[in-house]
Order: sequence, then C-alpha cells, then structure tokens
Amino acid sequence: MKAPVLSSWFGKSAVAAPPDIESAALRSDRFRLEREDDWLRLEDIVARMEKGGVKRIDDDDLLALPTLYRTAASSLSVARETSLDAATLSYLEALVQRAWFQVYGPRKGFFAWFKEFILGGWSRAIREIWLDVCIALFVMVAGAIVGWLLVAQDQDWYYRIVSTGGGEPRVPGASREELLETLGTQENADGLAFFGAFLFQNNAGVAILAFALGFAFGIPSLLLLVYNLASLGAMMWVFASRDLHVEFAGWLSIHGTTELFAILLAGAAGLHIGRSMAFPGDKSILDAASAAGRRGAVVMVGVTIMMVMAGLLESYGRELIESTQVRFTIGGSLLVFWLTYFFLYAPERVEE
Amino acid sequence: MAITTTATTEQKKQRTLITPEGISVPVKLASRGSRLGALIIDYIILTAIPIILFLVMAFMVGGFADELDSLNDDGTKGAFEFLVVVLILVYFCSRYGYFLILELGPRGATWGKRMVGVRVAARNGGRLTPEAVVARNIIRDIELFLPLAFIQVAPGGNVGNFGYAGLIWFAIFMLFPFFNKDRLRAGDVIAGTWVVEAPRTKLAQTLSTSGAAAASGASDLTGARYDFGDAELAVYGEHELQVLERVLRDDKNDSLGPVHAAICRKIGWDPGEGDERAFLEAFYAQLRAKLEGDMRFGKRKADKHS
Repeated sequence: MKAPVLSSWFGKSAVAAPPDIESAALRSDRFRLEREDDWLRLEDIVARMEKGGVKRIDDDDLLALPTLYRTAASSLSVARETSLDAATLSYLEALVQRAWFQVYGPRKGFFAWFKEFILGGWSRAIREIWLDVCIALFVMVAGAIVGWLLVAQDQDWYYRIVSTGGGEPRVPGASREELLETLGTQENADGLAFFGAFLFQNNAGVAILAFALGFAFGIPSLLLLVYNLASLGAMMWVFASRDLHVEFAGWLSIHGTTELFAILLAGAAGLHIGRSMAFPGDKSILDAASAAGRRGAVVMVGVTIMMVMAGLLESYGRELIESTQVRFTIGGSLLVFWLTYFFLYAPERVEE
Repeated sequence: MAITTTATTEQKKQRTLITPEGISVPVKLASRGSRLGALIIDYIILTAIPIILFLVMAFMVGGFADELDSLNDDGTKGAFEFLVVVLILVYFCSRYGYFLILELGPRGATWGKRMVGVRVAARNGGRLTPEAVVARNIIRDIELFLPLAFIQVAPGGNVGNFGYAGLIWFAIFMLFPFFNKDRLRAGDVIAGTWVVEAPRTKLAQTLSTSGAAAASGASDLTGARYDFGDAELAVYGEHELQVLERVLRDDKNDSLGPVHAAICRKIGWDPGEGDERAFLEAFYAQLRAKLEGDMRFGKRKADKHS
C-alpha cells in the first residue's frame, strides 16, 4: 500500500473503471481493490469444493488454498479495524467462514468412514469403553440372578417383573408341554420377514433407550438393564422349574448372544456418557460429554447392525431351527465371533 | 475452550471461533426457527422418497401381479414379501444415510439446512468428524421421536404415571435448545457440534470508485461540488453511515429523497431537488473518510448519540 493519501479525494482522481485502484477515493476501498482478486479466486475455489469435493480442484488451486485462506482472514482483521464498508466486511466474514469450513471440513465422507468403522473403528470404540462394558455386564448378570431368586422365593414376583398379557403361557405353574410349545418352530417362513422387522424395531428401541438414558449420569441405563435381565432371569426360573432350562437356553442363545450383547453395549455406551459427565476429570463437562458421546455413537452404530442381525436370527433362525444343539452351535459361534472381533481384532489405527 | 463470546447483548447470536492456527472466524448461531424449518423440509423429503419409490414399485409390480394372481403360487408371495423387506431396508437406510452422508459432505448440511442457509460445525473450531455427525444424528431419535410418541400416549392415561414421567423426561430433551445460550440440542452436546448460519454473500461494488464519491464531491449532473466541513460530518456516526450505505446500494431512487432531506435538515443545508444521489454519494464518501481516519487513531463513533 502507498503512503496515506487522504488528500487524494480532493485531488485529481479521475473517474475510471472500478478495478483501477487509484480511482478509489477512500483508502479502505483501495485496500480492498488491491486484494479482491485473491478473495474472488478463493471464493471460486471454495465454491467448486462445495459442489464436488477436492477432486475437481487442480493442484495449483489446492496448493494456493491455505495461503489464500490466511490472506483473506488477515484482510478481514485489518478491514475490521480500518474499514466501515459494511458490505465488504460481511462479504469477507462469509468468505473466511466458508473457506474455513473447506480447509477444516470433514476429511472423510460417510462411506470412507464406514469402511474404517468395520475394519477396526468399531472394535476400537468398544475396547475404549471396556470399563463400562464390565460394569454393564456385572449389572446384567446381577439382574438375571435377582430375577431368578425373587421368583424362586415368591412366585407372585413373576407377574410384577414380566409383563404378562392375557393368554401368556409362560407363567409359573405352566405345564411342561405348554412351555415346550413356546420354544417350538413354525412350519414355513411365511410372514417371518415382517416378524423380523418388528423384532428389530422393538429391540433397537430398547437399545436406543438404554443409550439415551445414560444422560442422567448413567443410572437409568443400569436400571433398564437390571429390569430387562430380571425378567429374563424370572422366565429362566419358570422353564427351569419344569426341567427345560437347556431347551430354553438354546432357544434364547440363537439370537440372544447377539441381542443381549448389543443391549450390553448400548447400556455400556450410555453409562460411559453418564459416567464421563459425572466425573469429567480435568475437562469441562461439555468437553467430556462430547468426547464420550462420539465414542458412544460409534458403539451405537455397531449396536444397530447387531440388532438387525439379531432380528433376522430371531425371526428366521429361531422359528425354523428346532434342534437345541444347532441353536446352541449358532448362538455360541456368534458369541465367539463377536468376542474375537471386538477384543482380539485390533488393527493399527490408520493415520488420518 | 477456543470460544469467546462477544459482550454486546444485541448480538447474542454472534460467536467467534478460534481456528487451530489462531485465526478468528466469526460465526452466527442459526435461529431455532430456521433449524425447525430445515428439519421439517428434511422430513418432507424423507417421507416423499419412500412414497415415490413405493408408487413406482407398485406400478411396476402391480400389472405383473394381476397376471400371476390366478396362478396363486408360493413364488409370487415370496417375491412380494421380499419386495416389502427391500422397501423397509431402503427406508431405514435412507432415514439415517440421508443425514449422515449430506452432513459429512463438503457443505456440512442436509438439503433442508441448505435451503434455510445453515450448516453443522464443530464447536471447538476443529474438524467436523464422522463420529460427531453420527452422534448428533443418533440422538435425534431420542429427542424428537420418542417425545412425540409420549405426547401421543401420555394424555390418554393408559400407561399411568409412567407415561407422564416419560413425557417430562423427554420434554427436557426436546426443549433442550431453549435452555442454553448456544442453542445446542442434546445431540449437539453429545457430539460437540453446533449449527451456524452459512451465508453466501457476493462481493458488492466499491462505492468510492464511481459517481460523486470518486469525483471529490462533484456531481455529474449539475457540476456542483459538495464539500462538507468537519462540523457537518461530526453529526453522524458509524450506524448512520451503514444506513446510508444500504440506501445507496439498494439503488431505489425514491428512497433517496427522504434521506437527502433528513441529512440536509440535520446539518442545516437547504435541500434542493434533482441531485440527491450525487449529494448522498459525496456525503457518504466524506463521512466515511472522516470516520475511518478517526478509526486509525483509535477514535470510534458508534452512532449520532455518542
């Protein structure tokens, strides 16, 4: 820039085309005219990036982008102190903001992220919340035992723990045949797709609820886990009282290893958020919540996938496969698969 | 935290992000109304897509099915069931995929958000990560759809106190944006994001390169030269300058007259007629030169009262 030229608007500035810097009567307008080519180039690059990502930009422009961004940002801070041209200031503010979003935009699209999620991101997130997984597992086992013991002590408890509609055959005192029938199969696959979709909605609802309730410092998540597992424990007692515990476990295991694991993870993710809000350490509560929330969200994407699988297994697998042994084999091998995938499969994190 | 809040009460929405390399970027929080509008647009789109898909499928399959109906074999039934399952899956994927893919795109906004001119950004000035976008969208189910379900169920009284307790619990989620100054919904809290305005402004003309402003106050029309003294320029401040800038940029000739008259009255000139634009251009340029000159010495005059 030239020396101060306040006198120039009394002087000989001829009327000329706008790009002519000398024609501007105001110093702040000359400041702008000297730099606006860079701004317009930056705007052009940013507009193209917004349309189609980095691929459309040639190397020259891409190399120039950070420099142009910093130039525009420093122009903005100078203009704020020297210019009263509201239109230019708002243009610069918008431009710097847009450029910033491109320079610091998401580096990965959804599909790239999803690939990374399957190849390690999922299991990493679960290992990161291992403590919460352990707590949730303990609570679930405790809930099942409590449910069993309560019903064993006083059978009226069963009706309080398990929501029994009219005509529900699975109640204390039911005969062995009645119970065995509930563990049976259908003859063909008619309507099982709808059944599966329904089960998925239902189970995913429980999982999402377990996660969402984590906000209240995780306590409602734990209560939900206890309640659900207590009803399972109570039901287990009913079947065990007629010596059907192996059959019941098989009936449960074919989808249960996946479904209960998913509920366990959802509860753990909710608990993780609640725990990090209650004990944020040296971070602020908001920072702690968002760090925990991002880990929890990754786990929840996985939970959704597991719920889809559990819905399919529950509708098709359980209703078509009668043999307890086959049911155990499928459920057991899935459990082994999940455990291996989550806790043994730990590829190096790909540097971003 | 890399956030400073500007002190002025009138600009409650204004925030400054400090980027990792220390540049401050001004952002403006999106209003709750525009976010609701964006959400409604998004759900209209999300409802329309499966319906169109369903109609297209029904159209394609319908005629085919009539022919096969008489045969009434199991194969047709299976095929229909398969199609319905595909439809459910498409619906499920589009419901989550829509938000995830678009918010992770370069614009950081769904179509609805683009239409109302807002976008998602990371609150700490860093990169918007896929995890954050996933987190803020997963929570939406809890803060929007479960509350809506409870609102429908609770007044009926079928589920008793549990319904009301749930209603209150979820109402807290739903009304979350009203209880914090950054207008975060629960999903934003968990994800570390917020929603800001994404203005797309065009660079306007310089005002001092043409007309009377550039010709040191000389009018093209009459040849008269407007030259204002310090006392005359001292009556106005930055606010009035910006009002005048808007008038000049709007280019509506009928609004020039009243402004011209008002300024003349204020500075004690006799308002003439027919040369308002040149007068205002000259006044604008000279007032701005004076105020900007003072600014360089650290003297600012916010408006005519100060």
